[in-house]
Amino acid sequence: MTLLLRRTLVALLCALPLAVMAAIDVYEFDSPEQEARFRSLTQELRCPKCQNQSIADSDADISGDMRARTAQMIREGYSDREVVDFFRARYGDFVSYRPPLAMNTAVLWLGPGIVLLLGGLLVFRLMRRAAQAADQDDEDLPPPETR
Amino acid sequence: MKYLWGVIPLVVFVALALLLNANLGRDTEAMPSALVGRSVPEFDLPALASNRDQYDQEIFKGRWSLLNIWATWCPTCYVEHPYFIELARSGVAIVGVNYKDDDDKARRYLAELGNPYTEVVVDKQGNLALDLGVYGAPETFLVSPEGKILLRHAGEVNAQVWEEKFVPLMAQYEAYHSGREETP
Repeated sequence: MTLLLRRTLVALLCALPLAVMAAIDVYEFDSPEQEARFRSLTQELRCPKCQNQSIADSDADISGDMRARTAQMIREGYSDREVVDFFRARYGDFVSYRPPLAMNTAVLWLGPGIVLLLGGLLVFRLMRRAAQAADQDDEDLPPPETR
Repeated sequence: MKYLWGVIPLVVFVALALLLNANLGRDTEAMPSALVGRSVPEFDLPALASNRDQYDQEIFKGRWSLLNIWATWCPTCYVEHPYFIELARSGVAIVGVNYKDDDDKARRYLAELGNPYTEVVVDKQGNLALDLGVYGAPETFLVSPEGKILLRHAGEVNAQVWEEKFVPLMAQYEAYHSGREETP
């Protein structure tokens, strides 16, 4: 009796993950490669409703729809670029976490480089000044022999 | 030269303060629509009134119309509904797109609250909405007599929004087109 009970319990416990899995939408793909593309694409597409999440992370209804459409397009043989362009045509550049380089996104793309350049320049100047000051100090010191 | 370097943190601070201040209170949910200036996407969907009738994008041609994405599960739709009834009474054609909803619930909603729509298209899968770049309900599009989308408004439509966003666009459009017809 206890054995039966224990076995039932074990069986139930084993079935539990299945029930949990069913709650997450599962997409079938023809190959692991397609699944990998699905993963990277859903990370790269941004949820229009909850603006700081990718559609992979978001629970919003629209993200679910977009995931389903992404999966469908991958299965139908569309390229990554075509999938992103599909959503961009509907939701604008906003929908991609990798927006194209254009006038209104120039700051986004070039900003970090400019900041790095300015910072580097600043550090360079400070270091040169420190080195100059050190040289000055050396000259002020009397020659070691006379000490 | 030494002065100049000392001033940089101040300049950066002021610039940041101005930038952040300018964006304070801005509606971050409002996004430019990728569809403005384009035609209503093609669709072929059943009518809510009778499931045998199908509608397509041609219903937007030949008159000004609004395309309203609505659903019985959408709280703001209840809020804007009375204003749509008012608009419909004043002669505005409003095409309703019943978005991911239950047909019976939608019919009951219209029977109880009144029906401001000239046509109601059933978009159960949300495919038309996806093609329209919709990310929630309600959303309302202004469609020209040629079937072109001139404006997308996410959220409630009320008298203020109507006067400030929709009316000027229609006037501007009419002025432009009547001007073009006069000059050969």
